[in-house]
Amino acid sequence: MNAPHPSHPLHERHERLWRLAISPVIWGAHLMASYATAAVWCARHTRDGSLGPVRWAIAAYTVAALAGIAWNGLGGLRRHRRGTESPPHDFDTPGDRHGFLGYATVLLAGLSAVAVLFAALVIVFFKDCR
Amino acid sequence: MKTTAGDPHPHPHEPAPALRRAQEARLRTAWTPPRGWRYWSEVNNTHVGIWYTATVFLFLLFGGVLALLMRIQLAVPDNDFLAAETYNQVFTVHGSVMMFLFAIPAFEAIAVIFLPQMLGARDLPFPRLSAFGYWCFLLGGLFLAGAIFFDAAPHGGWFMYPPLTSRYQPDIGADIWLLGFSFIEVAAIAAAVELIIGVLKCRAPGMRINLIPLYAWYVLVAAAMILFAFPPLIAGSLLLELERAFGWPFFDPRGGGDPVLWQHLFWLFGHPEVYIIFLPSVALVAMMVPTFARVPIVGYGWIVLSAVGTGFLSFGLWVHHMFTTGLPGISLGLFSAASEAVAIPTGVQIFCFIATLAAGRMTRSVPMLFTLGGLAIFVLGGLTGVMVAVASFDLQAHDTFFVVAHLHYVLVGGAIFPIVAACYYFFPLINGKKLSDRLGTIAFWLMFTGFNVAFLPMHLTGLRGMPRRVFTYPAGLGFDGLNLASTIGAFILAAGFGVVAWDLVRPKRRQPISERNPWRAGTLEWLPGMPPEPWGVRSIPEIDSRYPLWDQPDFVRDVDEGRFFLPDADELTRETLVTSVIDARPQQCLRVSGPSFVTLWAALALGGFFIFGTFHWWAPAIISAAAALGVIVYWLWTATGLIPARATKDVGMGVSLPTYVSGPQSVGWWAVFITMLADFTAFVSLVFGYFFYWTLHDDFPPAGAGPGWRWPLGGAALLLGGWGLTLLGRRANARDRAPLFYSALAASTALAAAGGAALILGPWRSGLDPTKDVHAAIVWVLVAWTVFHAAIGIVMNLYCVARRLAGRMSARHALEIGNVALYWHFVALTAVITVAVVAGFPLVT
Repeated sequence: MNAPHPSHPLHERHERLWRLAISPVIWGAHLMASYATAAVWCARHTRDGSLGPVRWAIAAYTVAALAGIAWNGLGGLRRHRRGTESPPHDFDTPGDRHGFLGYATVLLAGLSAVAVLFAALVIVFFKDCR
Repeated sequence: MKTTAGDPHPHPHEPAPALRRAQEARLRTAWTPPRGWRYWSEVNNTHVGIWYTATVFLFLLFGGVLALLMRIQLAVPDNDFLAAETYNQVFTVHGSVMMFLFAIPAFEAIAVIFLPQMLGARDLPFPRLSAFGYWCFLLGGLFLAGAIFFDAAPHGGWFMYPPLTSRYQPDIGADIWLLGFSFIEVAAIAAAVELIIGVLKCRAPGMRINLIPLYAWYVLVAAAMILFAFPPLIAGSLLLELERAFGWPFFDPRGGGDPVLWQHLFWLFGHPEVYIIFLPSVALVAMMVPTFARVPIVGYGWIVLSAVGTGFLSFGLWVHHMFTTGLPGISLGLFSAASEAVAIPTGVQIFCFIATLAAGRMTRSVPMLFTLGGLAIFVLGGLTGVMVAVASFDLQAHDTFFVVAHLHYVLVGGAIFPIVAACYYFFPLINGKKLSDRLGTIAFWLMFTGFNVAFLPMHLTGLRGMPRRVFTYPAGLGFDGLNLASTIGAFILAAGFGVVAWDLVRPKRRQPISERNPWRAGTLEWLPGMPPEPWGVRSIPEIDSRYPLWDQPDFVRDVDEGRFFLPDADELTRETLVTSVIDARPQQCLRVSGPSFVTLWAALALGGFFIFGTFHWWAPAIISAAAALGVIVYWLWTATGLIPARATKDVGMGVSLPTYVSGPQSVGWWAVFITMLADFTAFVSLVFGYFFYWTLHDDFPPAGAGPGWRWPLGGAALLLGGWGLTLLGRRANARDRAPLFYSALAASTALAAAGGAALILGPWRSGLDPTKDVHAAIVWVLVAWTVFHAAIGIVMNLYCVARRLAGRMSARHALEIGNVALYWHFVALTAVITVAVVAGFPLVT
């Protein structure tokens, strides 16, 4: 429990629990953006049922989402690899706590990336709004 | 085990026996519940949790009896045991009771009992909020379940699709559902607030975020999901009730509405809800498996991934309930992909459990029987889930008994079996006695066999084309034998439940008290002696490990002898520690509320509003709402933000902590923030409705239709002024400039009132009639929502003024104004978005 000095990089005040959630939030934003784009295009803009620019838009969202997830995941990897602690990060030290949060961030980034790729497959399989 | 150098150590010497006895007497005085009829004023988490759990089990049995009635009706073709109309009520109430009165509250009930014990806390930070939640749940539950005895129950299916539940069912059933469950959702959100803050802020010192029990991770995720999943349903229920009571056509195509909006809002709640049920149940498995494998969990980090990942992905699945509504194929594809992806984190945790069992040596026990049986059933349900996530297969299986089989495999395997396992596991912590191994084994085999005999054939019944929700079927279509088998299985399953129920209630007076920590578990909830003392944990320990009972030397002795934190209750009041989010550094010695009936009165008054509202008795409903406001203000005034006699307190181990904290370090600030996140989500759901209509109609918003931009813009400007003045008031209070504080809050109140009036004048003066078309209706709803929040802001401002006038708030003790300022941030955001939508959006289209 005894904390390092507040200026030390491993002090808890530098740690952000919500960083864990960044990759899944990017996945959610990608899904919602893709869904909204397709829904609005198919409901209001298309005349012949074609998807027009929707597939390009989803492709662009996918590249952006994967870039964001990679950034978040690499940050997690850096924290995970810092120092000599290794998984399962079950010791009562600031280093293990730091490494654990990094490790969990990496895992969630991996899952989010897979889920984004799953969603992006729609532009491979769908040629029109039907 | 490696720990940080310089960690505080328990007191090296045994405290004198006389001192220990005196400390224990004082702790007992503080924590013993009142006797006689006053017992029901108790608010301590253990007692409220036990009432909650017992009530939940009664509702489970009630829902089970309804299921048996349905199975009797379907046992043979052309049966007339239940009339069609009765059958509709029975299946609607069965589904609703199991979801809203059993599965979700079971999570809350179990968590309220055991979460504090797992975290080493004496209680959760807001015990009265838990008690209030329980009373709301009991009242709403009785109202709903009781309706079936008056032939007045809802009968539109547990997901209440309009137009069936609007135009075609004008009777009171749907109103009971909509208002009754909205009331119960208040309880769910109250529990979520309590549990989130419990996990983040009430852990034993030293329990870093990488050391918390996995149960706490799951509870954190599930409670956070409640905050974002329930509000869309509350918003949807508000719209549907407005349509039913006042004819505002949100779901009626004749006025430009669309029933599909209900499906979106319902399933935005309904799918995450499945995981809100599943995650806390699998969390129980995560606590039991290491105990019986005798090794720490394998893949702690992976299970955290699993819990958090499932929590997020489950919000991207709702459209898979709507594959047959005619949405564009590409939309179906997106949600089909997400539905497949969620199988990954769901599977990961199961592999971790298997790995843990393989790494250790599993000891045989009743809890493990139920756990393994449950996982086997759940995996089958998960596999059919992957099948129905494929849109083209779902088109065939939709609305058939295949789906009934799938959802029961998921929920019974994923929730009920683990919960029964947990009953057998945790029961000694309730009254110091174990349940019977023999009865448990019999119950397991009856339930496991009965369940599979009942539900496995339903896959085939469904694939052969039998639709759900039909009250009978003709002979010779291939359904007869399968249905009879299902009915036989249902009764075997019910016999298993009967055995469990008997084991729970059978007299145990002659049975010896269980040994302490009978399963030799490693986590903190197993600290109490048998039978447990009312204080929970004798002294709050310093944690160095995920399994302190296994790893920390002399741990139980040091806790029992009071060598750790807070070994005493020198003021004879209930106290617990508040710690930091990441490393659980002690930050505050928090006095928690003691017994009071105010929670019951608040629930009765609020319940009156919803129940009278159901019958459209508006005068008593409004009186009840006013009474609820009065009781809640009285509750807050007398029990929250109290200025303690001592500014700091010695909590032992050489640590002295403040007794009063305000702002983001305080649990109250977190509670307001979390509640407002849920509230804001409901508002966003209404905004979603506005844009949903825009995608439907080329002329939405209709050209030239109100509310114009002048009044709304003026209203928003006034409300923003009110917000700014409240912030000024907070600053004036902090600097102890009383005249400025009072003037700022008075001016803020005046601006808020004027802003609310201006917002109403927009649609009013432009003659928008909410019964005529959906644009007018949704504009009025958004405006009314904002004005209602401004009105609450006014009450809060006046409350702060009164607190300061009464000497209960000061520059240093500023909890109230800090929380009110936080609330006003949300009012300002709501006002800006409302005006941008209702006045700004028509300008840009």
